Amino acid sequence: MIDLMLAWLTDPANWTGSDGVPVRTLEHVVYSLVTLAVACAIAVPAGLWIGHTGRGTFIVAGIANGLRALPTLGLLVLFVLIIAPLIGNDLAFVIPSLVALVVLGVPPVLSGTYAGIQNVDPAARDAAYGVGMSGRQVLWRVELPCALPLMFSGLRSATLQIIATATIAAYVSLGGLGRYIIDGQATHDFPQMLAGAVLVAVLALLADLLIAGVQRITVSRGLTGRYRRTAADPPSAGPVAGGAGSEGDRVLDPV
Amino acid sequence: MSEYFTWLLDNAGQVTALFWAHTKLAVIPLLIGLVLALPLGWASRRIPRLYTPMVGLTGLLYTIPSLALFVALPGIIGTKILDPVNVVVALTLYTVALLVRTVADGLAAVPEDVQAAATAMGYRRFRRLVAVELPIAVPVIAAGLRVAAVSNVSLVSVAALIGVPQLGQLFTSGFQLFYFVPIVWGVVLCLLLAFLLDAVILLVARWLTPWTRAAQA
Amino acid sequence: MIEFKSVTKRYPDGTVAVDALSLTAPTGQITVLVGPSGCGKTTSLRMINRMIELSSGQILIDGTDTAGQDAATLRRGIGYVIQHAGLFPHRTIVDNIATVPMLVGWGRTRARERAYELLERVGLDRRLARRYPAQLSGGQQQRVGVARALAVDPPILLMDEPFSAVDPIVREELQTELMRLQAELDKTIVFVTHDIDEAIRIGDQVAVMRQGGLLAQLAPPAELLAHPHDDFVADFVGRDRGYRALAFSNAQLPALREERTVRLGAALDGDRSGAGDDWLLVVDDAQRPQGWLDLRAGHRDAAADHLELGGTTACRDGSLRSLLDAALSSPAGRGVVIDDTGRLLGTVTAREVLALIEAERERPTSSAGSTEPLEKSTPG
Repeated sequence: MIDLMLAWLTDPANWTGSDGVPVRTLEHVVYSLVTLAVACAIAVPAGLWIGHTGRGTFIVAGIANGLRALPTLGLLVLFVLIIAPLIGNDLAFVIPSLVALVVLGVPPVLSGTYAGIQNVDPAARDAAYGVGMSGRQVLWRVELPCALPLMFSGLRSATLQIIATATIAAYVSLGGLGRYIIDGQATHDFPQMLAGAVLVAVLALLADLLIAGVQRITVSRGLTGRYRRTAADPPSAGPVAGGAGSEGDRVLDPV
Repeated sequence: MSEYFTWLLDNAGQVTALFWAHTKLAVIPLLIGLVLALPLGWASRRIPRLYTPMVGLTGLLYTIPSLALFVALPGIIGTKILDPVNVVVALTLYTVALLVRTVADGLAAVPEDVQAAATAMGYRRFRRLVAVELPIAVPVIAAGLRVAAVSNVSLVSVAALIGVPQLGQLFTSGFQLFYFVPIVWGVVLCLLLAFLLDAVILLVARWLTPWTRAAQA
Repeated sequence: MIEFKSVTKRYPDGTVAVDALSLTAPTGQITVLVGPSGCGKTTSLRMINRMIELSSGQILIDGTDTAGQDAATLRRGIGYVIQHAGLFPHRTIVDNIATVPMLVGWGRTRARERAYELLERVGLDRRLARRYPAQLSGGQQQRVGVARALAVDPPILLMDEPFSAVDPIVREELQTELMRLQAELDKTIVFVTHDIDEAIRIGDQVAVMRQGGLLAQLAPPAELLAHPHDDFVADFVGRDRGYRALAFSNAQLPALREERTVRLGAALDGDRSGAGDDWLLVVDDAQRPQGWLDLRAGHRDAAADHLELGGTTACRDGSLRSLLDAALSSPAGRGVVIDDTGRLLGTVTAREVLALIEAERERPTSSAGSTEPLEKSTPG
């Protein structure tokens, strides 16, 4: 079985044309990127606003819990039935799928952003106002940078959710790598299905790794505990002056 | 509105069967997953060096889209492609992935003075785990279990695409007929099932942790 | 100078946190607000930099009403230190300290230079500059908090229970450090604490507040210990306030008795036959006291591990409290008095110190060292 899948994957015929692997992958990536961008454009400002002002927190709680229970397949199918008749051209099946992807991408980003802002150390926030930052400065210079780890974890959940649902959306005629699974199912071409499954899994992994990499660069080491040590700053370097040495010098191990 | 209830009455037998199938497909992986996750989570708590790879590996599992996993499993474990076992195994993997971390973090959250007190009173490691640490970790583990239960209900419906019968079939058949009624019922029943499982876990957790209510009263 | 003029804070639900508070925090002095939780001390402090807006009354800084100023601009000119330091976890230590200089538009280079300077000023190693707050101990973080507050050299420093989250030994270090800094910098400091000992230790004047945001008494520490205004203050100041008040009264030293000494490590034969006294003071080569030796124990030499180390020492210009404590804590019953360099001057007994205290009380001008019976807490 796996041999057949490998044969399918290495067959040059499957790497060309409008249903070749490069085109299908590109479709999947474009759908995912576009919907993720729209979801973020909605969820990030909303999450920042709710977290910073503390207003409308019930929206976050409701959306986060409610949408997790919604079956994605049911949502997709429902959207197609509602939206497709309104469009009537080639995009009749694409638009509803994309709308569904956006809807599923919003909650993780929203609750991640909101929770990130909420979890900022109250003492740090208090100090930020206390040193004379304006509300805007507190948000941009203290709350947002401190919220990044949770925002990124929301972004990663949203990305995985979108890539997974885009696969399922092949059932309602969306392009992308899910086509191999759905079309293979129709023609009982199991090697093709398996190949599609593997390609989707790899895409999801790569996307997750990519965001993890961006996260590693963007998030302050002060928050992640990944500290850099230099020759001038050996682990044993303790404070020297002022009797501070007796306080003990806590140096965390890099994770 | 009456159209919806007429349809439900006409198809009561089939819908009930699908609801049961859906429940089984969602609950069995939950139970197996919990049983597997307890020792794994305990181990990654006991052995700090295990924690990062364990959480990393289970996190990796979680990145695999459900449909892909349903399809790929027969190739890996040698089952037939339409076999419901694939769904059970896939959801068990997801449940374990979610719960290992929860169990480890829940055990880690047991206050150190409580652990020290238990040790000082002469509990051996296993009894301490069963009699002291696990009960205290119940609320955290239950929270993880609720998330797993609710997402399992949603994921099971995806299996309709590979022909495993459960409530997801209402979506596919509704789509083929371009008919709203079964789809709406599918969504409603999925939400109902998710809500029921959530409530059951919540009640069991409460029953296991009478002291959390005592503190609130 | 900070003036509270009948300042009241009333919350929408009707609770009054601060009730018609009037007090003045003089320039260059430490004013401590102290009281049980819920007495409105933190609220009062936070109204100065308008972290909380007052309901009625006025707060003037050097004669100017704070209400008329832009809150953020006002705050940039007032140093602010809080309980858990409130360092920004995503910024390095040096960037934390440089926060306000950057906010008011200094260049990065100048702000960083200033931050390095302050790091040393609060007694931290320059090598900590590139670390993150999470890599520092609680005490170190608090020092960084102080450095950040001092960054643009504001004339006023507000400190909200800054040392209450660290252990007692570190707290004492930080208090000493603050007093050292204050001697150099002469800031107008308002300091909130619930710890009366801390208040008495560091305050030039102490405002004791009670539930409901009322000022119970405003007085210098010695005055507070000697003449609590009412039962509440007497109770809050504590039972051993008579003894603690001695810390604020310095007295002319009595004639010290000369003590027989022996060098550390020396043989003992010659000294044994001495007077009928069982204790011998051991000193090092520089005449610095090392401990007492019990002659009854039959040691053959004055080796370091034979010494009784329990006693404290009093400095020549120390307080009556340290003198009495030295006498009481000495195993020989004689308190050791030393000079600034730690050299032995002589010893004094508890009886002699008490005589000194009695004499102090009789002096009509001085009230500082006097005590009053706890039961009779008359307004003073």
